[in-house]
Amino acid sequence: MSMFEAVLLTIVTASTPLLLAALGELVAERAGVLNLGVEGMMAMGAACGFAGAVVFDSTALGVLSGMIAAVLLASLFAFAVLGLATNQVASGLALTILGLGLAGLIGAPFIGARREPIAHLHIPGLTDLPVVGRLFFGQDAFVYVSLLLALAVAWFLFHTRAGLTLRSVGENHTSAHSLGLPVVRVRLLAIVFGGACAGLSGAYLSLVYTRFWSPGMTAGRGWIALALVVFAAWRPGRAFAGAYLFGAATVLQLHAQAASIGLPSQTLSALPYLATVVALVLLSLGKRRAVGAPGSLGTPFVPDR
Amino acid sequence: MKRAVLGAVAVAALAIMAGPASAQQKLKVGFIYVGPVGDHGWSYQHDQGRKAIEKELGDRVETSYVESVPEADSERAIEQLARTGHKLIFTTSFGYMEPTLKVAKKYPNVMFEHATGFKREKNVSTYAARFYEGRYISGQIAAKMSKTGVIGYVGAYPIPEVVAGINAYFLGAQSVNPAVKLKVVYVNSWYDPGKEADGAKALLDQGVDVLTQHTDSPAPLQAAEARGKLAFGQASDMIKFAPKAQLTAIIDNWNDYYVARTKAVLDGSWKAQDTWGGLAQHMVVMAPYTNMPEDVAKLAKETEEAIRSGKLKPFKCPVFKQDGSQVECKGGDGLSDEQILGMNFYVKGIDDKLPQ
Amino acid sequence: MRLELVPRATVSPAARLLAPIGALILSFALGGIIVALMGRSPLTALDIYVLQPLSDPWALQELVVKATPLVLIAVGLSFCFRASLWNIGAEGQYVVGAICGSALALATHGTEAGAWVLPAMLGLGILGGALWGLVPAFLRVRFGVSEILTSLMLVYVAELMLDYLVRGPWRDPKGFNFPQSVGFDTAATLPILGDGGRLHVGVLFALAAAAVAWVVMTRTLFGYRLRVTGDAPRAARFAGFDERRTALAVFAISGGLAGLAGIVEVSGQIGQLKPSISPGYGFTAITVAFLGRLHPLGILFAGLVMALTFIGGEAAQISLRLPFDLTKAFQGILLFCVLAADALVSYRIRLVRRGVLAGRAPA
Repeated sequence: MSMFEAVLLTIVTASTPLLLAALGELVAERAGVLNLGVEGMMAMGAACGFAGAVVFDSTALGVLSGMIAAVLLASLFAFAVLGLATNQVASGLALTILGLGLAGLIGAPFIGARREPIAHLHIPGLTDLPVVGRLFFGQDAFVYVSLLLALAVAWFLFHTRAGLTLRSVGENHTSAHSLGLPVVRVRLLAIVFGGACAGLSGAYLSLVYTRFWSPGMTAGRGWIALALVVFAAWRPGRAFAGAYLFGAATVLQLHAQAASIGLPSQTLSALPYLATVVALVLLSLGKRRAVGAPGSLGTPFVPDR
Repeated sequence: MKRAVLGAVAVAALAIMAGPASAQQKLKVGFIYVGPVGDHGWSYQHDQGRKAIEKELGDRVETSYVESVPEADSERAIEQLARTGHKLIFTTSFGYMEPTLKVAKKYPNVMFEHATGFKREKNVSTYAARFYEGRYISGQIAAKMSKTGVIGYVGAYPIPEVVAGINAYFLGAQSVNPAVKLKVVYVNSWYDPGKEADGAKALLDQGVDVLTQHTDSPAPLQAAEARGKLAFGQASDMIKFAPKAQLTAIIDNWNDYYVARTKAVLDGSWKAQDTWGGLAQHMVVMAPYTNMPEDVAKLAKETEEAIRSGKLKPFKCPVFKQDGSQVECKGGDGLSDEQILGMNFYVKGIDDKLPQ
Repeated sequence: MRLELVPRATVSPAARLLAPIGALILSFALGGIIVALMGRSPLTALDIYVLQPLSDPWALQELVVKATPLVLIAVGLSFCFRASLWNIGAEGQYVVGAICGSALALATHGTEAGAWVLPAMLGLGILGGALWGLVPAFLRVRFGVSEILTSLMLVYVAELMLDYLVRGPWRDPKGFNFPQSVGFDTAATLPILGDGGRLHVGVLFALAAAAVAWVVMTRTLFGYRLRVTGDAPRAARFAGFDERRTALAVFAISGGLAGLAGIVEVSGQIGQLKPSISPGYGFTAITVAFLGRLHPLGILFAGLVMALTFIGGEAAQISLRLPFDLTKAFQGILLFCVLAADALVSYRIRLVRRGVLAGRAPA
C-alpha cells in the first residue's frame, strides 16, 4: 500500500462521520430548521449504537439502536420547535446538553467493552488494484452509505417534487403554508432525518472509527458538522467537499508532524479551523453576497389563520 | 504534681480531639478526577485505587469522588470535600496544584495528596509515578520488534512528563538498535479517541510499525491492531482492546500507594512527603509481555528487573541533547529527579524538533 | 388529529412570571424520575441538589462566584441574540480577553507597578474580547460569511493560541517547564470582597453589566433598534436602521463582556494562566442567556440557577454517587421546560381534528 493511498484512506475515515451528520443537518436546515443539537444526537448515536451492538451482538442492530435513539431525541426537539414554536437555537442547545448527559448515563455500563472490526468491501481484482483499489472498492459500508446519501440528498432536493416542497417550506414558510404545503409535517420529517443521520454518524464513531464507547468521544464533531453545513452553502456536493477538506486538513497536520516540519503542533492543530474560515471567505468573494441560507432558517412557524 | 495532672488531661483531650480516627468514626477519603471515571485511562485508574482502599480497609473508611472537575474551576469541588468531613483528599491532576494549596491553607487539619505536582505544604503531599521506567522497556521491545526500524509515539502535549517519556522510549530503543528512528505526533488533547486514532494512522502510514502513546484512550492501540501492527497499552492493561497488537502495557497502579497513605492517616503516621515511585514501588506495573518471541520477552523481563533493583537507570549519564551537547549530570550517575521532571529537550538521535 | 398553536390575545404578566417557576417544578419532577430510575431517592436528591446549597452560606457564596462569568457573558450574548445574530463563539472571546489582560499582568510581574495595572488589565480584556468578536461580525457584514461558523471556528483557534502561549513563551521559568504562567502579583489580582472567602470584585461587574444592559435595552434608541432588528428585520430596514452597524455593535458588546469575564476569572479566581481556563463558560452562557429569556434580570437569575445545578451536582456526586452526566441531562431538561413554558404563555394549544382542517383548505 503506497503512502499516498494510506493517507487517503485515513482521510476517508476521518471525514465520513462529519459528512453523515452534515447531510442530516443540511436537510433539516433546508426545511428551515436550525438544529444545534447535532453533538448531542451524535453522542446518543454513539452510546446507544455501541450498547445495542453489544447487547444484541450485532453491528447492524447496534447501528439501528443508535439511529433510533438519536431519532427519539430529534423528535423531542421537533415537538418543542414545531409543536410549541420554541426558539430553535435554544432548543438545539438544550438537546446537545441533554444528549451528552443521557449518552453518558446509558453508556456507563458498556465502558471497557469492545467490538470486532466490521467487514470492508472486498472484490477480488478490483480491491487489489494499485492506489485506487482499496480507496474505491475496499471501504466499509458506512463510507458507501455516506457517499450514496450525499448523492441521494442532492437528487432529492433538486430533482424531486418532494425536495422542491421541502425547499419551499424552508425558503418561506408563510407562502408555503398558503400554497397548502404541510409545513409542520415536512419539517418534522426533515428533523427526524437529521436525527437518523446524526445517530448513524455517532454509531460510526463507536463501532468503526474507534471501536469502544467512552463519554465525550464525539469531541466536538457535531459542531464541526454544523459549521460544514454553513460552509457548504446548504448544498450536498459542497458538504461532501467540506467534510473531506476538513478531514484532510486534520489528518495532514498529523502527517506534517510525523514528518517533523518543525512548526508548533498548536499552529498545525488550528489549521483545519482556519482553513474552513478562509475557504468560506474566498468562496463568498466570488459570489459578492451572502450565499443561499434558506429564507426561513431558524424562525419558528406559527400559521396565522 | 498538679501540673502533671493537668498535662495528662490536656494530652488526653488532645488525643480525643486529634487522635487517630476512632473505630465508630469512619475516615472519609475524597477524590477529585479530571475526567469521567469511565475514561478507561487516567481517571479510571485512580478510581481503581479508590476501590482498592474500600476493599482493603472495609468499614474503617468511606470514600467519595467528584468526576470531570475542570482544572480551572476545581477549588470549589476540593473545598466541598474538605468541608464535608473528608480528612484525606487526593487531587489527581497537575492542574489542581494551586487550588489544592489554597484549600489546604484553609483546612490545616485535612490532609491532601496532589498527583504530579511539585509544591508541598505541611498538609500537602505530592506523588507521581516514574512511567518513564516502563517506557524504557517499551522502547527496547519496540526496537526489537520493528521490522522497518521506525517506531512511533502519539503524545498529548509537549510537556515535560510526555517529553521524558519519549526520551526514555527512544533511549531504550537505541540501546538495542542504535540505528532506530522515532516519529512523534502530538494530538493536542489527552482524550479524543478519533484524533488519537488518526495520529496513530499517520505514524503507521509513514512507515512506523510499532507505536506507543501518551494519550488516554485505547484508540491508537486499536488502530495498530487493525493494520496488523504492534503497540503498547496505556494506563491500564488494554489487551482486550487489541489481543493481537498489545506487546505490554504500562499500568498506572495507584492501589498500593493509596491504601498505604490511607492507613497512615488511620494510624496517625501521615506526614507530608514527596513520592515518586516506579517499578520498584509497584506504582508502575508492566502488563504481561505478549505477542513477542521468547527472547524479546526475556530481555524485557531482565530490563524490568534491572530497573527495579536500581542497576539500570533509563537516564544514565552521559545524556546528550539533539545538538550533541552533554546534559549536566546532577544526580550522580544519572539525571536528577528535577532534571527529569522538567525535561524540555529531546535526546540525541531523535530527528523531530520539540515544539517549544 | 394534530396540535395547533393559537397565539393568545393577551398575556397576563402573572403568567409570564409564573411560567419559569412552573418549568422549574416540572424539570425537578422529570429529574426526580431519572434519579428514581437510577435507584436513588428523589427526595434525598432534591435535598442535596437544591435545598442544602441554598441554606448554606458557603454554598451561596460559591453560587455567586460561579454565576459571575456566566452572567457577564450571557448579558453580552443577549444583545446578539436579540438582534438574531448567533454568536456561539463567546468561549473564544473569553479566552482572548484573558490572554490580552494577562499579557499586562505578566509584563508587570515582579515590578513595582501600581494600582493602574488592574484597571488596565480589565480594559485590555474587554478590548481583546471585543476585537475577537468583531472578526466574525466583520466577515459577516463584509463578505456575508455566516457568523455561526466563524465564531465557532475562532473558539478552537483561541484555545490553541492560549495553549501555545502557556506551554511556550509565557511558561513559568521556575515551574519545571510545566504549562502554566507565573502566579499574578497582588497588583494584578482582583480584590476579594470580605474576609477569606472567594467572593471577588468581579461579582459587582456582573451586577453592573446586568443593570446597564437593562437600561440600554429598555431606555435607549439603540435597545429599541435592536429589538426591531431582531423581531422584524424588514421593518428595521424601512426605518433606516443600519443592520451592519448593529451587527458590529452587538458583537463588540458581547465579545467585550466575554473578554471581561475571561480576565475577571483569571485574575479573580485562577490567579495565573493555564492551558485551560474555562470549563466551557462561553457555551454554558448561551444556555443561561436563553434560560433568562434574553432579559438582563432573567439572566441574573438564570446564572444563579445554572450555578446551582453545578454545585448541587458536585454535592450529589459526593454524597449520593450520582454521576456528573445526570447534572448535564438535568440542565438540558430544565432548558427545554423553560422554553416550553414560555411557549405556553404566548400560545394556546388546540387539538385540531383533521376534518376541520380539510374544510378550511382551499378547494
